[in-house]
Parts: sequence; structure tokens; C-alpha cells
Amino acid sequence: MASIIVDGKTYDATDGQNLLHACLSAGLDLPYFCWHPAMGSVGACRQCAIVQYQDENDTRGRLTMACMTPVSDGLRISIDASNAVEFRKAVIEWLMLNHPHDCPVCEEGGECHLQDMTVMSGHTFRRYAGNKRTFNNQYLGPFINHEMNRCITCFRCVRFYQDYAGGEDLQAFGSRSRMYFGRATDGVLESEFAGNLVEVCPTGVFTDKPFSASYTRKWDLQSAPSICASCGVGCNILPAERYGRLQRVHNRYHGELNGYFLCDRGRFGADFVNSDERFRQAGEKTDDGSFIALDNEGAITRFAAALDAGDLIGIGSPRASVEANFALRTLVGPDRFCNGMSTAEAQLVDHALGMLRNGPAPAPTLKDVEQADAVLILGEDISNTAPRAALAVRQAARNESLNMAPPAGIPTWQDAGVRGHAQDARSPVFSATPLQTRIDDLATRTLHVPPERIAQLGFHIAAALNPDYPAGAQLNEDHTTFVRDAAAALGAAQRPLIISGTGAANTSVLEAAANVAWALCNTGKAASLMLNVPEANSFGAAMFGTQPSLDDALDMLERGVARTVVILENDLFRRVDRARLESALRQSNTVIALDSLQNETVDHADLVLPAATFAECEGTYVNYETRAQRFYQVFLPKGDVKPAWRWISDAARSAGRTDLAWDHIDDLIADCARVDAFSGLRAAGTQAGFRGSANIRIARQPHRYSGRTAMDAAVSVHEPMAPSDEESPFAYSMEGANQTAPAALMSYTWSPGWNSNQAVMKYQQEIGGHLRGGDPGVRLIERGTTLPDMMRFSPPTADTPTREGLQPLAVFEVFGSDELSSEAAAVQQRIPDAYVILNPEDAATLGVEVGAGVRDPAGSARFAVRIDPDVQPGYVYYGSGLPGGWTNTPTAAVTLERDPEYQPPSPDHNLIMRG
Amino acid sequence: MSEVVNVQLISALSKAETAAIEAEIAHLPNRESAAISALRIVQERRGWISDESLHAIAHLLGMSAHALDSIATFYNLIYRRPVGRHVLMLCDSVSCYVMGYAGIREALIEKLGIHEGETTADGRFTYLPNVCLGACDRAPVLMIDEDLIGNVAPEGLDEVLARYE
Repeated sequence: MASIIVDGKTYDATDGQNLLHACLSAGLDLPYFCWHPAMGSVGACRQCAIVQYQDENDTRGRLTMACMTPVSDGLRISIDASNAVEFRKAVIEWLMLNHPHDCPVCEEGGECHLQDMTVMSGHTFRRYAGNKRTFNNQYLGPFINHEMNRCITCFRCVRFYQDYAGGEDLQAFGSRSRMYFGRATDGVLESEFAGNLVEVCPTGVFTDKPFSASYTRKWDLQSAPSICASCGVGCNILPAERYGRLQRVHNRYHGELNGYFLCDRGRFGADFVNSDERFRQAGEKTDDGSFIALDNEGAITRFAAALDAGDLIGIGSPRASVEANFALRTLVGPDRFCNGMSTAEAQLVDHALGMLRNGPAPAPTLKDVEQADAVLILGEDISNTAPRAALAVRQAARNESLNMAPPAGIPTWQDAGVRGHAQDARSPVFSATPLQTRIDDLATRTLHVPPERIAQLGFHIAAALNPDYPAGAQLNEDHTTFVRDAAAALGAAQRPLIISGTGAANTSVLEAAANVAWALCNTGKAASLMLNVPEANSFGAAMFGTQPSLDDALDMLERGVARTVVILENDLFRRVDRARLESALRQSNTVIALDSLQNETVDHADLVLPAATFAECEGTYVNYETRAQRFYQVFLPKGDVKPAWRWISDAARSAGRTDLAWDHIDDLIADCARVDAFSGLRAAGTQAGFRGSANIRIARQPHRYSGRTAMDAAVSVHEPMAPSDEESPFAYSMEGANQTAPAALMSYTWSPGWNSNQAVMKYQQEIGGHLRGGDPGVRLIERGTTLPDMMRFSPPTADTPTREGLQPLAVFEVFGSDELSSEAAAVQQRIPDAYVILNPEDAATLGVEVGAGVRDPAGSARFAVRIDPDVQPGYVYYGSGLPGGWTNTPTAAVTLERDPEYQPPSPDHNLIMRG
Repeated sequence: MSEVVNVQLISALSKAETAAIEAEIAHLPNRESAAISALRIVQERRGWISDESLHAIAHLLGMSAHALDSIATFYNLIYRRPVGRHVLMLCDSVSCYVMGYAGIREALIEKLGIHEGETTADGRFTYLPNVCLGACDRAPVLMIDEDLIGNVAPEGLDEVLARYE
């Protein structure tokens, strides 16, 4: 720790950090553009000028850039010195020369860093009266608008897109006043992190296109802390609402998880909440197969009557909250509750959970991932299944460059210097996956082999690290080199990280990954083990146990042991064989489906009940690191939509049950916390009884929230009563204890003078560190409770037997493989047509070529053909969950045939409309 | 899809161009480092860098066309639009300015019928501004193709231009 003296006052600062970071951490206001807390300093914009003094006798000092000057103990500077103030004012006047006067029609207005900095720097009148330079804008795809005239040339966009996220198609063109940031030609921005440009750009060059189409100013948006529902990472998000519509998602800072950035599946996928496929009333199926609407009372009565009939079974869901799953489990009893995953997936997820529970290697936070100094990826394409984690691995690969900088006299925050000095030097990343991934470019070595071989590689690496671990079958020479090099890199690292997951659908892959991590732990390394899971609450659902399995549940229905089935937020057609499921549902007397969107399971139900989405209720998801995180209601849903647990509780009460008579979600959580695995559940969020300063709740609405009386004027001129909310610490109000509440409860980011998302610094303990009052959530398993130093798995004894037909293996798409985000209108424009990938030999045998189509003669699935020599002969890789393809994972070998009716899509079929 | 496109585009470079670029790459630590040389080699033969050339060069260097275009557009002597048979650059920096730049510019615009950045209708001249040609002792200076011409005066312009058909 060092002390610095700013305008005569002494502040603590971290020695060696830059002065801009130090001043902002101290709570001082100093304007900046090109610096970003996650991307460091480049000293380009000259906006953070200060005066630095030699010693206490120096009264003149000299101008310097705070972001490029290291902190040293006793350093004297001034932010308020008149020459610094004048300099900053001049800089912003230059930056503003060409900036248009279009704030009233700009999406950034009201949350614009450029507006804030202009005001902060005191440039209040424009003197320049000449022409401004103008540009043509580009079509950049369904997510991002482009308005280049607003650019102030801070270079943040390309520094994020290229340097931080590894994208290549966003570049800086030209020079001087004609700098242009865009693509060489119009087209969809390729990176799945492009949406972050909306928040990274300090002004309105890159804006959120779907949000723009139904725009609301930031100060008119209503919001509450939430958790992304689109994968198992559990990024913290701020969904925002107006007019009963989820308008947009912004990043919500979390010091240990997502930091400042989200992926585009999360940012643009939450729009499924507004989908036309939503149903908002309960319905009962009539004899002709159509649904008639039931009102709330009628639906509860009908549900209760089905409960009275007995012989219940409940099927939960890895995309429903812990609370909803617990309510259903309580309703049907633990022996008749299935966690809703396919039997195979449930076993994999449970196995992964067991590894974290019983093994010595803890799950890493994403901050830990970023700090890993050697990474081994086994079988999981995290660039498609957990994109935000892939972005963290990209930072981990930079650690070598951060190690090289200090000996060369370069501070690690001096971004251009660090990158220039390191050139292509990277920390070791070894990756073995079925196909090429979008982080292969940063890997030291990659192999593209099927899961069985990936497992063998893992077992060998563990054996190479620690001879107590069994190696298994012999490898070829190339693979032996991979094993040797990977083991050497992991063995030399201080913080090695092993990444795997359920994506390869292979138990041995998981076990091999665990062996490597544990072999490292047993030699004294602080190794961590990231096991990715498919959905937002996969681990949460798995913690309720795996018995009965989904197959058992269907058996019970087929055998008549169970006659009434309650299906919670789960489209079972994505999980089990169609014929089997249809038969089981036919055997049931009553099928009750609680869900938010229309799907095939809902179509097969006798009673459907409209369930609230994550944005419309409270609940908890458990992420890949077993972090339980609470999401809160952002807005009241229209119609009879209720949280699933509430439907269950209401019906149980109506049927005379008292054990589910929860008045309040906190009562349910208290009950759920009695289940061993969930003893930490209460700490996952904040109870509804929380009151901030002045004994008031936290406001969902900013203090400038306008139009409450006018918003619904087309319907009624009477201002509606503000909804009361007893379920959460938040109020449907502009008045709240927002500024003093723990930062985990921030419903929007704002601080005096800081209207943009940059205000988040005021919620942090230190810039880029933990949130004030702690980062949200609680890890239900902090570290394996037992340390069985001999714990290890054995390699499979034999290769998988050869089968007739082709062995199917799911591969994943960031846009299209996840169920709910695929219902978002903008995401749908990015979903590829269903495809299979074949080895050239198998393609030749089938008589198909690239651009041809194949179909599954056993069903209606049709696919475009792709060919890749990385696919092993005898396998067919297919894009998981894509419309038109297989809805569920085929469990046995498949046969395919050429599809004579296949029409290849037009080359730009993803381009529906130019913006 | 992109594979097919690239195969067509790579054929846009001649054998001689490819060989010259590969010769440059041989001296460098990685292929991308030859970007500027490759652009120069192709421009010497074709006069400018078309989108087709850009993609072909990017493919040959193993980099994205977006990144190569970022480099190409940074340099004012890499032309991303067609230029005339002769490129005329008139220095507008301090020494030339003092020594009569304005009169020469006026005469040029009148004689050629074009402004800065434009090409004559017959494709003979492209006129570009330039910030320094490094010959202040003989200001005002202009450059046509590879020829540096000093002590230019409006009345001598006809004779100078006549040398370039």
C-alpha cells in the first residue's frame, strides 16, 4: 500500500498501479475515455491529464496523463490545478468537434460516458461552427447498430473486440480525422461478444439494435438484479423493463464471475420473455384436442382435483429455479420426483457434482480462470457451451505476457506496452475437443478427436503427472507428444486449470479431467477443475438427487404406477425418445405442464399453467461452480402468469395440504434450506425483509423515472396503483435506499455525475475488484469435504464396440443449441439450419457432398451436410437443438440417407432484413 | 462456403506476384509481417488494391481481409480505389506553402479540371495532396509517379505535365 496526495489530501493507493485507477478507486472524479478497467491503459485520448509535483516545494508541477503514471508512495498530484482543468477542457473540445448534436435521438443519451465527461470537463459551449466529417454506416447484423458520425476515436471498440475477445472482423481504418471503426465490408459481426460494444463504446457508435426498435431511456427503465438463464455460467445481468416488456439486458458487474462482459446469447437471448409463444392464461384440453382458457381460480381447482386423484409423479427441470423444483418435489415426495434431465445427462451432471463434492480440486470462479497459468481443455467446446468462460480462458492465455512485462520495466496495466513486448507469447493452453473451437487460435496445441480418445489422452496426462494414476491403452506417437507437452506445462504451472464438461456426453472424459486435476493436487499444486454443465440450474436440479431417473419416471407412467404427472418448465421432447414419451403421456390420466413458452410437451398436456420467467419472479440458480445466486422480479407479468412454485403451493393448499402452504418465497427457501445440499440457500440472495437506510426498500426505478401517469394513458387516464411486492427487497418505486445498499442489490448503476454504466466503479471496493458488501451468491460446495489422496478413476477397459450405422455426437452452437434463447427474435436470425458433419469417407459412402442434404429415415429430421476430416469415420456430429434436426439426443447409432428434396439455403439466408 | 470463395480469390494473384510476396515473407518472422510489402507488390503491377486483390493477399498471408484493409487504409500511398495512369502529388506543407503552393494548386485545378482525390476523365492523372516530399530546398515541389520535380511554377506546369501521357 502507498499513500498519494491529491490536491492536498492523502489517499491510500496500490503501489505500482496507475494514477487514474488510484484516483477513481479513491472515489475521486477524473474524466477518461480510452482507459477501461478490464483493458488497461494506452494513453491515447489525453483526457485524464493531471499535474504531478516533484515534492512539497514544487508549486508548478508538470502535466501528465494519470492513466500512464505509476503510483509511488508520497506522490503529489493535482486534479484541480487550473492548467490540468484547462487542458482537459481543450481535449474534450477537440474530441467533440465532429461529434453530432444528436443526443435527443441517440440511444446512448442519458447513459452516455461522453455526455458525462463533457459535463465533468466543463465544455459547455461549442465554438466550432464548421462542417463535421460524416461517414456511411454499416449493416453489422441483428444485434448491433452502427452510427460512425458519433465516434470520438478512443479505440476502445477494437481493443475490446480484437485484443480482449479475439475477434478479427472489426478493425480501425484510415487515419487522422477519417478514422473509421467497422468491417471491411457490411456484414454480421462474427464475435459472440460483439454485444459488449454497446457498453464498451463511450458514446452511441455501437448501440443495441433490438432495444433501439422499442426504445426507452435508461432513466425510464425498471430493473432488478438477475441471473442469465442461457447457460451454466450464471452471469449476473440487469434486465430492464418498460410497458410490460423486457427491453434489454445489460451486464451486472460481478467481481468473481462475469466482471464487465456478457456473451451475446445472454444479452440478446433474454428476449424470449417477450416471445409470441408465451401463454398467459391457464388452459384445459378439451376432447377435440384444443385448449379452453381457465381463470386463476378455475386452474387452481382443476390442478387440486388432479392432486386429489393421487398416484402423482413430478418431473422437475434444470432450467427451473431451485425453489420451483423444491416445491414440486415437496408436492410429489422425494421418491416420486425426477430432476428432469435425461437419464444419461443426469448421471453425468451428478458425477460432475460428486467430483466437486468429494475431490480435492475446487471449481474455479471466472476470475480464477483468468488467472490460471496453464489450461487443459478436455472435450468441452466452451466457446459454444459457456462463452463467457471461453472469454476468461482467452485472458488466461495472456498471463505469460503479463509475466514478461515487469522484468522489462513495463507495468502490467500498460496494455499496448505489454502486448507489444510479448508479441505472440502465451501461457500454455492445451485443448482436445471433437472439432475446432473458437479458442483454438490461442492454444499451444490442439487435437480434434472423438470423446473416447479425449478420455484416453486425459488419463495419460494424469499418469504422466503422477505415476499412481493409471494410463490405460497405448497412444500413437502424435498423441503421446500432446500428452507429454501438456503434462510438462501443467506440472510447471502454479495455478493449473482443467476444463471439461458434460458436452462430450462421456463419463470417461469427465473422469479423465478429474484425474488430471487430482493428480496435480496430490503433487501439491493448487489445481482447479471447471466442469461445465448444460443449463442455468443443472447443478441445482442435480442436488435433489438422480432417483428416480427420467426413464424410471416414464416407466412408472407406462406401468400405471403413476397416473398423474406434473411437468415443471421442461420440454421433455428435447430429452427423450419421441415414441416412448408419447406412449408414456398417453398412459397418464392427467398431464399437467407448468411452463412459460409453448412447446411440444405443453401441447401434449391436459392442463397447462402459465409460469413466470426468470424476469418475472424470484428464484435461485446454481451455476457450474455450485454458486447459488438469487434472481429477483424485474416486472409483473401480464395475465395469470405466476411463479411455478406459487401454482404448486396454491393447488396443494386448495387440495387441503398444509406442508406447502408457503405465504412467501422466503418461507419456501427456509424449508428448502433443510435439504442438506441447500443449507446455504438463504445466503444466495437477500430476504424480502431487508430495509436499507431510512428503513426503506430498494427502488427498481431510477429517481428520474418519468411518465408513470402517461404510460397507460391510451388505456386509462388514471394512474394505476404501484404494484406492491412482498417477495423481494425491491419496490416498484423511484424512492429507495439504492445508494447505500450493498452493491449486490444494485437495480441500476448510477452515481452523481456518472449516468453511464461506468458508474459501476462507485459500487466496487476497488476498481475491478469485489463489489461493496461482497459479490453476489454463495458457493454451496466451497471445496471437496474429503481429501482422498488416493482418489482416482480408472480408464475404460476397451474402446467402444463398433456399431451398425453412425455414432451420433452433439456439437453445440452459441446461437441455437440453448432452448429458451432460441426463442428471442434477434437470436433466431443467427441460428444455423440443422446440419450434420461427416467424415469425407462416410459422406462418399452416403453419396453426399457439401451443400447436399440428408435425412433420418426413422423420423422427420433433415440436415444440411458439412464435411470435415476432423470427424472420425463412423461418427456423425450434429448441431444440437437446431430447428428441423433431432429434437432429442439419439441414444443409439443412427442411419442417414441422402435427402433428394433438400434445398440448400440461399447464401445469405441469415440476412432477413437490412437495418 | 468461405473456402470456395477464397479458392477463387487466390487465383486473382499472378504467379509472379505470389512469388514476389513469398520472397518477402522468407525474410520475416511471420507471414502477416509481409502485409505492407505485399500490398506494394500488387499495387506496383495493378495500380491499386481492389477488394478482390485485398482478399487474395489476405488469404496468402493467412490473415483476415478486415485486418489487412485496416493496414491498407492507414497508408495514403496504398490506393483502395483506381487511380489514373499517373499519380500527381503536390506538397502543401510549410516550405512549399510559403514558396507559392497556392498558385500552383490553382493552376493545376484549372489545367486538369479536377480537385484533390479526383482522376481526370481520360484517366491520365490522379491529383493527391501530400504533406512533405522531403525537398524543401527546392520548394515548391510536386511528384509525378516516381519523379520528384522541384522549383515548380504555374507557367512551367504545361511543359511538366506534357511529359506524362
